[in-house]
Amino acid sequence: MKEALHVEWTKLRTVAGTVWLLAAVVLLTVALGVATSAAVSCSGVGCGQDPAKISLTGIAFGQAVVAVLAVLAVGGEYSTGMIRVTFAAIPRRSAVLAAKASVISVLVLVAGATAVLVSVLAGRIILPGNGFTEANGHAVLSLADGPVLRAAVGSVLYLVLVGLLSLGVATVVRDAATAIGIVLGLLYLFPVVAAVVSDPDWFDRLQRISPMTAGLAVQATTNLDSLPIGPWAGLGVLGLWAAGALSAGGLLLRLRDA
Amino acid sequence: MTGRDGFGQLLRAEWTKFRTVRGWVIGLVAAALVTVLIGLFGAAASNFSCSGPNGQPCAASTPPIGPGGEPVIDSFSFAHKTLTGDGSITARLTSLTAVSSSDGQAPVEDTQPWTKAGVVIKESTTPGSQYAAMAVTGGHGVRMQHNFTGDIAGTLSAKPSWLRLTRSGDTITGHESADGVNWHLVGTVTLPGLPSTVQAGLFATSPHHEEITESFASASGTSYPTLATAEFDRIDLEGTRPDDTWTGDNIGDRSGGRPDGGSPTGFEETGDGVTVRGSGNIAPIVAGRGGLGKTVESGLVGAFAGLIAVIVVAATFMTSEYRRGLIRTSLSASPRRGRVLAAKSAVIGSVTFVTGLAAASIAVPLVRAVERDKGHFAFPVPTATELRVVVGTAALLAVAAVFSLAVGTVLRRSAGAVTVVIVAIVLPYTLAIASVLPTGPSDWLLRVTPAAAFAVQQSMPEYPQVDAGYTPADGYFPLPPLGGFAVLCGYTALALGVAASVLRRRDA
Repeated sequence: MKEALHVEWTKLRTVAGTVWLLAAVVLLTVALGVATSAAVSCSGVGCGQDPAKISLTGIAFGQAVVAVLAVLAVGGEYSTGMIRVTFAAIPRRSAVLAAKASVISVLVLVAGATAVLVSVLAGRIILPGNGFTEANGHAVLSLADGPVLRAAVGSVLYLVLVGLLSLGVATVVRDAATAIGIVLGLLYLFPVVAAVVSDPDWFDRLQRISPMTAGLAVQATTNLDSLPIGPWAGLGVLGLWAAGALSAGGLLLRLRDA
Repeated sequence: MTGRDGFGQLLRAEWTKFRTVRGWVIGLVAAALVTVLIGLFGAAASNFSCSGPNGQPCAASTPPIGPGGEPVIDSFSFAHKTLTGDGSITARLTSLTAVSSSDGQAPVEDTQPWTKAGVVIKESTTPGSQYAAMAVTGGHGVRMQHNFTGDIAGTLSAKPSWLRLTRSGDTITGHESADGVNWHLVGTVTLPGLPSTVQAGLFATSPHHEEITESFASASGTSYPTLATAEFDRIDLEGTRPDDTWTGDNIGDRSGGRPDGGSPTGFEETGDGVTVRGSGNIAPIVAGRGGLGKTVESGLVGAFAGLIAVIVVAATFMTSEYRRGLIRTSLSASPRRGRVLAAKSAVIGSVTFVTGLAAASIAVPLVRAVERDKGHFAFPVPTATELRVVVGTAALLAVAAVFSLAVGTVLRRSAGAVTVVIVAIVLPYTLAIASVLPTGPSDWLLRVTPAAAFAVQQSMPEYPQVDAGYTPADGYFPLPPLGGFAVLCGYTALALGVAASVLRRRDA
């Protein structure tokens, strides 16, 4: 296993795209977060906005790059035929997948933590100027605050889980473009479909199983009662999606020819 | 090179490549399938229960239908007399106020911009029947309105205002005056097939007070009725009229009509004047989230899933040439590289357009049938609009495919290309409509990103005489249909330009 980890780390480290993609995760997440923080204002007490969530809006953008990074870690090997070499060197295929998952997780964890920290810091600086002040009932964003810490840590874990989901899907379909299409479809389509469903039960159901909507519930710090699903439970839903995709990938990896 | 083995042959070569790769054909079939199936799912998951406070059956939630076929609200207090043949009605409105009580407390002054009262000539007291009215409004001055969608602005806004409607055959003319001596023409409208005997009189109505609180989780609204009180005098009804006394009716009343618990709706005669109190609105129903009405485009929600499949197919249609080195063969067979790009674009564009058109033309009627079966009412739109929505959706898919192909040419990597295009087209829409963003940034996103193209799916007009959200989440886009579509075309043209340029300069 240690060997497999070393192999995967070397592969990912030496591919030129990895550094750029990790930089893009940070840059795009922060950019959208800053843009949103600058665009949203709070006009008075009880304006209904959630400052932690606003400053972390960029996660919706950054996750797309995380998906690319994770999909390429598998899809890239299949498109070049490299996967056969990999399996010849390390015949335990589940070890290869586990190693890939670990390396991706660590990389996304680092990039995600950087992105989230900078986003929260930017929100802390920008938001008070837009009316998110003590007078309007909003404390300055601070990681010492329990719910804000949960939002921040949860957002990092969210990105890691999106990476694992993408890795699993890519292992199942073995084609980078298709895998990206499926992952982004899973993430972005649920909210669109939920918007046209007028049965409140189905609406709640869709929101609870949607990997993005449920997963991002972890960012909420206000109005927790109105959430379709609790913060950690929501992240758990995304965790189930990721676990399902990874186990399907692992199973198919054992059964299929490379 | 002769014409025969020129561009035509190139097109054929690309078409052969496309149809012989199983994955691409499966991808497009899948795009059509998910478009229809997700649309059907959206309709099937739109049950609603009809357990109103009085346990009314579902039929009660079906709104009256206006003369133009559109669902309408036709709810007001009406003091009327029968008028046969040609004639006119004149009245001076001396006061118009509205009150509300948000939570059962003492009523407070709460005049809405579209609180309105004035004179009206109406086909009958049946909700949804034809009418023409001259009204003073709470915030928009004197208006002449007819048949729910017609709205002509007058010049006065002060009270008292004199209002007059004159009927001559099917034609109704509206005049306003500040003093009852000098009359100014506001408008002339035609009510086709208006019967000889109509109801003429005074009306008052006031729409709900709506407050929409937007938050990141959702947009929640509070809304409560307001009650308008309008005082009229100098009332003069000319023409053949069999009855001498006013008859009072609460048109379209479903609530029992005591919005503030104190003063009832209705009318009373005061000396030489009449006071009318009413609540409601006379206006077309506006489509929006949470409503029971379904628009044409609600059947095309699956096109988003179809779009993603199309983007994947179109990107790999180009990037696989690079992956397999086929691009060298393609370019040596046709050394003019721009033409290879043009042929590929033409093939992927037309194949996607046909697929999209088939999927959309199946999805719309199928979804509509399911929705009707579930008891939803449909917002009728002119055939031309429905055609624009269906063809526009197919064209959107086709242009997005060419966009994806061009980005694939530039990046030469399928995963990158697919991500760029999905993030450019689908993510802004998701952010804008899923109430992730407030309305301001949402509008802005749907102006400057390729997601603006979804405006071709908007079938409902915005009515200036109805206050409503008109946000992207309600299905209203900031740009007109073709304007929004042009934004996507602009991005695509730009991407094609860059693609042609790099294709020419780069080694294959």
